[in-house]
Amino acid sequence: MTKAVVTVKFFASLREHVGQAETEILASDVQTVAAVWLLSTNDMALPENTLMAVNMEYVDADYPVRQGDEVAFFPPVTGG
Amino acid sequence: MLIEIKDHSFEPYDSVLEYQKSAGFSGKYGATAVFVGSMRDFNEGDDVQNMRLEHYPGMTEKYLEKISKEAAAKWDILDSLIVHRVGEMLPNDPIVLVAVWSAHRAAAFDASRYLMEELKSRAPFWKKEALTDGERWVAKNT
Repeated sequence: MTKAVVTVKFFASLREHVGQAETEILASDVQTVAAVWLLSTNDMALPENTLMAVNMEYVDADYPVRQGDEVAFFPPVTGG
Repeated sequence: MLIEIKDHSFEPYDSVLEYQKSAGFSGKYGATAVFVGSMRDFNEGDDVQNMRLEHYPGMTEKYLEKISKEAAAKWDILDSLIVHRVGEMLPNDPIVLVAVWSAHRAAAFDASRYLMEELKSRAPFWKKEALTDGERWVAKNT
């Protein structure tokens, strides 16, 4: 049986800050992106200006999360 | 419309010519706007030795596709091409290419500007610079 998980990814300076690139948490333990951050980082403070995405689309912290979702946290972008 | 993320050095003007030859707008275009962004050997007053560019595989391509479609809806253009580097880079290396083809110049100018500004403000890429005395993440785009 597939476990009902949410995949969490961290990029760039935020990956170094939280000390991991990717983790999984149980979908039943979280309802929003903000809750995903707290559970996957052991309640670290969310750095100001952090950008968030669910399934590779930008969202806000109160966006709902469902099983199978990929949630990502990253700092302001600096490409180009 | 083409989006390419490259993990090795590329020659942007060759990319423009190759795409132009293979694309289906031969004889239709009167204007080509080309923007190339390259790596400097200085940033915020410091010498930069080299740089590593990281991205969010999947989301980056999705976002660049989204803005390419937006540009095609907003302006009367024939086609667009975006190429962006990731990985290890040295000063003078091209980082990004945006090329837009249209019948008349205004649409190509405007759409290429739009693509570059949207890419810089929202596409998930991050730069880490190596200075003479250590590394640092670039904090914000100029």
